[in-house]
Amino acid sequence: MIELDNVGYNYGGGELLSDVSVQLSPGSFHFLTGPSGAGKTTLLKLCYGALTPTSGRVRAFNMDVNGLDRDQMAFLRRRVGVVHQDCRFLDHLTLAENIALPLTVSGKEISHEEANLRELMTWVGLVDRMDALPPELSGGERQRAALARSVILSPDVIIADEPTGNVDWEMSQRLLRLLVELNHMGKTILVATHDLSLIRAAKNQVQARVLRIAKRQLTLAGADL
Amino acid sequence: MNKIKSLVMGDAQADRVVPPTGFTAQLTLFVSGAMAFLCVFALALSLASGRVADRWADELARAATLRINAPADQKSAQTQAALRILEQTPGVASARALTSEEQAALLSPWFGSDLPLQSLPIPQLIEVIEADSGYDAAGLRLRLQTEVPGAVLDDHTRWRRPLVDAALALRRLSVVSIALIGGAMAAMITLAANAALSANAQVIEVLRLVGALDSYIAQAFVRRFTLRAIGGGAAGMALGLIGVVLMPAASQEGGFLTGIGFQGIAWLYPLVIPILGGAVAYVATSRAARKKLGNIT
Repeated sequence: MIELDNVGYNYGGGELLSDVSVQLSPGSFHFLTGPSGAGKTTLLKLCYGALTPTSGRVRAFNMDVNGLDRDQMAFLRRRVGVVHQDCRFLDHLTLAENIALPLTVSGKEISHEEANLRELMTWVGLVDRMDALPPELSGGERQRAALARSVILSPDVIIADEPTGNVDWEMSQRLLRLLVELNHMGKTILVATHDLSLIRAAKNQVQARVLRIAKRQLTLAGADL
Repeated sequence: MNKIKSLVMGDAQADRVVPPTGFTAQLTLFVSGAMAFLCVFALALSLASGRVADRWADELARAATLRINAPADQKSAQTQAALRILEQTPGVASARALTSEEQAALLSPWFGSDLPLQSLPIPQLIEVIEADSGYDAAGLRLRLQTEVPGAVLDDHTRWRRPLVDAALALRRLSVVSIALIGGAMAAMITLAANAALSANAQVIEVLRLVGALDSYIAQAFVRRFTLRAIGGGAAGMALGLIGVVLMPAASQEGGFLTGIGFQGIAWLYPLVIPILGGAVAYVATSRAARKKLGNIT
């Protein structure tokens, strides 16, 4: 699905990542962990094309991400669902409109998708918050809404950046269960988190691999968590 | 054609995606309205000055005046002699002595209509209409000098040329004004579009992140600005036309100033202004959007 081949990234103030190679195969579940500032978000951005690597190659769906023009990049983003750390909602639209935004911008008629949207909002437990504006939501509600938005186009890959960053333990369990359910439906999942107990909790529910970033390198962490 | 249709019809969903910008919207409307208003007058001035220049150049080039200053007892004889000479001159299509009523009408703006012309030594005027081939003014003058000593030929070139030049210069100025109005409108709409795009940078980023094409995002802005420019332009044009309609009709007494306006088919020309304004806004906003979007991944 997504493949990084000897990828390096340089912010201009020295190398943040170097020689990173990893392959996200279809249906896999990966955690990405490491200390703050190690480059977790950067690595995720390289995966969905928000950043281009300074060295090496990123391939997504057998296409070289570096070589994509702006329109092809937009089409790539429709195939990769992303849960951003800060959710990235449009504050003037209701929650339902925000979740349906990927449908709107890809020119789909929202009225035809009403039932799907309702089902999805029920799944994340936000069906009674459809008309709320994003600033009115709690941290957990925002994260669940962001997850709902990331899957509305039924992407093959879902990338989540610290989805449990601002929520309590119970809510992070709930989000994890949603991600695991998606994985069971065949989606490829990549979750960045610094929360090791979340990773431990996941081990019982899903066959997950753990990638660790430290000292600019990406290593496959063993079962010693 | 489809592009124009989708631009006008729009997409209610897409319109919601970019938050409305009340104040900038009103400014754009105002600017395009004001520009269209000014453009109507510049256009009217340009057409009127063009018309005047054509008319003066044409009529005056074809006409000359022969003035006969002679004592009252010789005036009639000299007039007859002059008319005879003119008839024999090649290149003169016709020559006609003005009647005393016509002369009185010419003088009435200065002396009033009650003037007893008969008691004054008014020179006799002869209107000379030139044929297409033209005549030899110098030769005619020489011949008149010997046979009709009181005759003075005025072929109008002396004062016609600067007037025609002035009218042509006025027309050039109006055309330059129209170009400047278009340029100023493009500049102001670019500024407004840039402001709107900057104010919505966050929105644009989110739209790109969820997979929106550049064309989709640009369309949302381009559509708004184009429709505002057309709407404002139509209102400004309508007000401008009302202004032109209210100008006094062209009249002999008012001369050039009252001739500013449109004639016949030219009344339709201003209808192009809002459409051109829309085109200017379309191009300006598209360029601004393309530039801004290039900076966002």
